[in-house]
Amino acid sequence: MKLTKQQTEHIAHLARLGISPEEKEKFASELSSILNYVNELNKVDTENVEPTSQVTGFANVMRKDEVEKFGQEKELIEMAPEHQGGCVKTKPIL
Amino acid sequence: MNLNELTIQEAHDKLQSGDIFATELSQVCLRRIEQVDPQINAFLRVTGEQALAAAEKVDEKIRRGKKLGPLEGIPVALKDNLSAKGVITSSASRTLQNYVPPYDATVVQKLKKAGAIMLGKTNMDEFAMGSSTENSAFQITHNPWNLGCVPGGSSGGSAAAVASDECIYALGSDTGGSVRQPAALCGVVGLKPTYGRVSRYGLHAMASSLDQIGPFAKTVEDCAYVLNIISGHDSRDSTSGTNAMPDYTETLTRGLHNLKIGVPQEYAGEGMEEGVAEQINNAVEQLKELGAKVRKVSLPHTKYALAVYYILMPAEVSANLARFDGIRYGYAAKEAKNLEEHYFNSRAESFGSEVRRRIMLGAYVLSAGYYDAYYKKAQQVRTLVINDFKQVFRKVDALVTPVSPTPAFKIGEKASDPLSMYLSDVFTVPVNIAGVPAISIPCGFSHNLPVGLQIIGPWWGEEQVLQVAYQYEQATDWHKKKPNI
Repeated sequence: MKLTKQQTEHIAHLARLGISPEEKEKFASELSSILNYVNELNKVDTENVEPTSQVTGFANVMRKDEVEKFGQEKELIEMAPEHQGGCVKTKPIL
Repeated sequence: MNLNELTIQEAHDKLQSGDIFATELSQVCLRRIEQVDPQINAFLRVTGEQALAAAEKVDEKIRRGKKLGPLEGIPVALKDNLSAKGVITSSASRTLQNYVPPYDATVVQKLKKAGAIMLGKTNMDEFAMGSSTENSAFQITHNPWNLGCVPGGSSGGSAAAVASDECIYALGSDTGGSVRQPAALCGVVGLKPTYGRVSRYGLHAMASSLDQIGPFAKTVEDCAYVLNIISGHDSRDSTSGTNAMPDYTETLTRGLHNLKIGVPQEYAGEGMEEGVAEQINNAVEQLKELGAKVRKVSLPHTKYALAVYYILMPAEVSANLARFDGIRYGYAAKEAKNLEEHYFNSRAESFGSEVRRRIMLGAYVLSAGYYDAYYKKAQQVRTLVINDFKQVFRKVDALVTPVSPTPAFKIGEKASDPLSMYLSDVFTVPVNIAGVPAISIPCGFSHNLPVGLQIIGPWWGEEQVLQVAYQYEQATDWHKKKPNI
C-alpha cells in the first residue's frame, strides 16, 4: 500500500504536527514502507486470541483519591513559555 | 590503573579503606570527560560542581571511618530522559532544551539516597527514538572503539561514557533494546530488567508498555549492585512490581551445572554478520564447557515481534508526546495567530524527523477505521509472542541470542533508511514485547568492534540472567578490553 500526500496531510493534522510540502512527500514514502512491513502481521491467525496490554498481569492499581499539596505551583507556572498573574497564558481560542 | 577505570566494586573497596577519597575519584572522572569527551560527545551537560559537593559529604564519612553503601561516592552518568531536580533534562530534544524538572525520578532519588555522585546527563536519540544516537537534537555521539562509528542507541551516550571510562557506571532506558544494543556496540554490560522491576516515575515516557530503566556497567557484578539499589515497588508507578526483591549479588557465584539454556533457532536468521555469528557460537560452546545444558528451542512468533513493535511503540509515542503543546512548558513557536497554529508550529519547529515520523505512524494506526487492523491486531500477536516465551521457559532457565545482527555501523550509514535502522533492533525487541529481563555482555570482536551476547530470563528472573552472565564473564576476558582513546 502507498499512502497519498492527502492521507499524510490528514495524519499530520490529527497529530497537530506542521509539515512542509517536501516533507509530505518524504513522510508518505517512509510511512508507506513501514506500513508495508507491519502488514506482515496479517499472516498471523489471531482468531480467539486476547490482546495483551499489560505484560506482568497487573490490573486496576488504585490509590486513595486524596489531594496532596505539591508545593511548587509557582515554579510550575513559571516554567510556561508565557504566564501572567499566576496563570498560564495561551493564544485566544475563540 | 587510573581511578576512572575502576569498577564499582573496586572503587568501593578503595573508598572504604580510605585509599582514595570520593572527591579524588570524581575529579579523575571529570578530567577524563574534559580530555576525551570532545571526541566522543557522550555528555550533554556535566554537573561538576554538584558532583564535587556531593563527593565532599562522602569524604566526611570516609574520614570518620563510617561504613559506606555499595554505590556511595561512586560517579554515575544519567541518560538525559531521567528527571533530576534542578538539572536540565531535555531528552536530547529542542522541545525540552530549557526544561528543569522540579523533582527527581525515583531512580535518581534512590541513587542520591545511596550516596551516588552524579556527573551529568548523557546524549541520546531524541526522546529515546533511534538505534544510533544520531537523532539527538544537539550532537552525535561517537563509538569509543571507532570514532567513525555509532555507539548504538538510544542510550548511546551512557554506553560510550562507560566504555571510555568517563564514569564508573551509567543509567539508560530500554524500550526496544536501547540499553542492550548500545552496550553491545560499545563493549560494556547493559541490563534491561523485567518490565515493572524498576520504577519509571520521572522517566520521560516514550512507549509506556515497553519502557524500562536499566544500568550500564563494566562488569555483571556491578550491574547487580546497581539493580539492588534502583529496583523495587514504587506507589507512584502503577505498573511497578510488588514481587520480593532478592539481593542480586548473592546468586552470581552459583555454577551453571543445573541450568538449562535454550538457543532459539529463529535468532540465527538473515542479515546476521558472519563475525557476530561466530562469536555467538563460541559463547554457546563456552557455556557448555561451564556445565550448562544447551538445547535448541523455538519461539515461532519472534519473526513478527518487530512488526508488533512498530505498531505499539508509535501508538504509545503519539499519545505520550501529545503533552508537548508548547503552552505549559517546553518550546513555544514565536509566530502563531491562534491556538491551533501554535500547536502546529511549536511541534514542527521543535521535534526532529524521527520523532515526527513515529508520532504520525502512531496517529495513523490509532485513527478511526485502522484501530482494529493495526493496534488490536498487534496486541493480539503480542499475546502470541508472550505465549512463546511462557512455553519455552517451562523447558529452559535462560535463552542466549545475539544482541545486534552487526557490530557498530558507520555514522550516517543507516540515517536515511528508517526501516534498515529499525532492523538493528530485531533481536532485542521481542524481550520488550514480552517484558522479560535480558542482559548484553561482551563476547568478542568482529572487525575490531565489540560483539554482545544477549541472555534472556523469565519474568522476574534477573537472578538467572545475572548468574549466567557472571559465570560466562568469569571464564572470559572480553570485558577487560579497553578502547584506545
